[in-house]
Amino acid sequence: MSEQTISQPSTLQLILRSNGFLIGAGLTAIFVLAALVSFIWTPYDATQISISDKLKTPSAAHWLGTDHFGRDMLSMIMVGARVSMAVAFVAVGVGILAGVPLGLYAASKRGGLIDEIIMRGNDLIFAFPSLLLAIMITAVFGPGAVNAIIAIGIFNIPVFARLSRGAALSLWQREYIMAAQVCGKSKALISLEHILPNITNLLIVQGTIQFSLGILAEAGLAYVGLGAQPPLPSWGRMLNDAQTLISIAPHLALVPGLTIVLTVLGLNLMGDGLRDLLDPKLRRVKS
Amino acid sequence: MLRYISKRLVSLSASLIVASILIFIVIEIIPGDPAAFMLGINADPDAVEALREQLGLNASLTSRYFTWVTGLLQGEFGISYTYRVPVSELISDRIVISLPLTFYALVLSTLIAFPAGIYAASKRNSLGDVSVMGLTQLGVAIPNFWFAMLLVLVFSINLRWFSAGGFPGWDQGFFPAMKALTLPAIALALPQASILARVMRSSLLDTLSEDYIRTARAKGLNRRQALWRHALRNALIPVLTIIGLQFSFLLAGGIIIENVFYLPGLGRLVFQGITQRDLIVVRSVVILLVFAVIAVTFLVDIAYAIADPRLREGSR
Repeated sequence: MSEQTISQPSTLQLILRSNGFLIGAGLTAIFVLAALVSFIWTPYDATQISISDKLKTPSAAHWLGTDHFGRDMLSMIMVGARVSMAVAFVAVGVGILAGVPLGLYAASKRGGLIDEIIMRGNDLIFAFPSLLLAIMITAVFGPGAVNAIIAIGIFNIPVFARLSRGAALSLWQREYIMAAQVCGKSKALISLEHILPNITNLLIVQGTIQFSLGILAEAGLAYVGLGAQPPLPSWGRMLNDAQTLISIAPHLALVPGLTIVLTVLGLNLMGDGLRDLLDPKLRRVKS
Repeated sequence: MLRYISKRLVSLSASLIVASILIFIVIEIIPGDPAAFMLGINADPDAVEALREQLGLNASLTSRYFTWVTGLLQGEFGISYTYRVPVSELISDRIVISLPLTFYALVLSTLIAFPAGIYAASKRNSLGDVSVMGLTQLGVAIPNFWFAMLLVLVFSINLRWFSAGGFPGWDQGFFPAMKALTLPAIALALPQASILARVMRSSLLDTLSEDYIRTARAKGLNRRQALWRHALRNALIPVLTIIGLQFSFLLAGGIIIENVFYLPGLGRLVFQGITQRDLIVVRSVVILLVFAVIAVTFLVDIAYAIADPRLREGSR
């Protein structure tokens, strides 16, 4: 009967999942490496204008072609990777550093006024169209990478707060937590010593997903001119530049667009794979 | 039920009040003098003072807030600094583009996601399921503004089926206007359809493993009959919630897409407001969109409670 397969993933699915993880991790590694290498080496100077070389299609000299100012696209993508990843990474950091303590605190005071205030505050940030607030923040404080981090990071706070609160709430019912309480440990200490290590897996998986969403958000902000500012290359702004030239030089739009898609896809596949690998129930089925 | 609705209504009002305070603070207090901010660094002090007077900035902070909120409640958003017309007029001109675009995208997203999700769930682990899920994985990773550019490249520049941007206006007829909104709506709908299809699939799979489905199968229904007659209706509940949430994503996502297609909607208005430092316009559109999102969330909550009596009882 087909229902029998519902609780247990098939072998095909498990292989696909681990393959997904491998592909995702591989893609992510490529772009992280490109970002890191860009600090010491790029094929050309990413900001160097060379009008005689403008709008060249991909060739041996310029692997990904050149843009309307004759700048090397590969070099721009590499330096752009640095910006995208830094913004998304720090924004995830902001979400974890602010959200996890809030969530753990709320869980330790379950049902109290503080819990209620924290969770309603979270609801409010969720209700805000994230892009809109990000645009408003960057509009008021001025465009730039730092304000993009703040704008994206704010929305990571409720995500991590909610996740850690939910996970912590179920852990507070466990015997070993009760034992720690009986020993006289404070709620803060229990949260730090016993709850936090047990929700790390969840945080890693969610962090990967938020990281990919951060890259998409940064690209969106940069596309409308509210991200990292020139001359620093950024994937989103490369797409903005490409928009008017798309009919004569489609590679201007294809290269940064595919880069974003592959990076986000890689991170999502890696996140899904990690979730399966770190989920004890699925691991048992595998072994 | 009445108690549940009133509880949600209190929470809705609280959200709105806090949101209005937040928007007020961000726009009015943090950047310093809004009048100077609007006029730029080299502005004439007299002009700044005149604008301060016009904006009512010389009043106290709380009275400014209450003036703004009472104005909002009466549908008065203030006068746009750059356009010199009431903001409510600007908004009503633009909303007739943004709102239809949002609903168009929502309908498209649902039309794509439902068959895809149902198909994937009914053919679980088959090649078809894996392909559909692979496509949704890709759909989630594609930035909608880039997808919009690709649509323009293919359907406007190469095939010449659609115009690359602009809006003819509703007075030119329903179909030309809808045609102008088609590519933007597709671009907006794709990522949301991918998410919705995944939710539809997993929700259906959850429902299919319930006891009452086994009972239905034991009565002699085949898998397909059990799916269509019993599982689908129950699986729809979480899907409807997601559709409600997507409304906010689509409305906000429209801001960028409208810029790609040069559609004169609320998104363009916000961006023009930002570049021209017309903060009255920015503030009004933002609060309006936030109100729309919070109100839709409220309606979804109510619909959810009607569909699922367990929710009304206790836990949220």
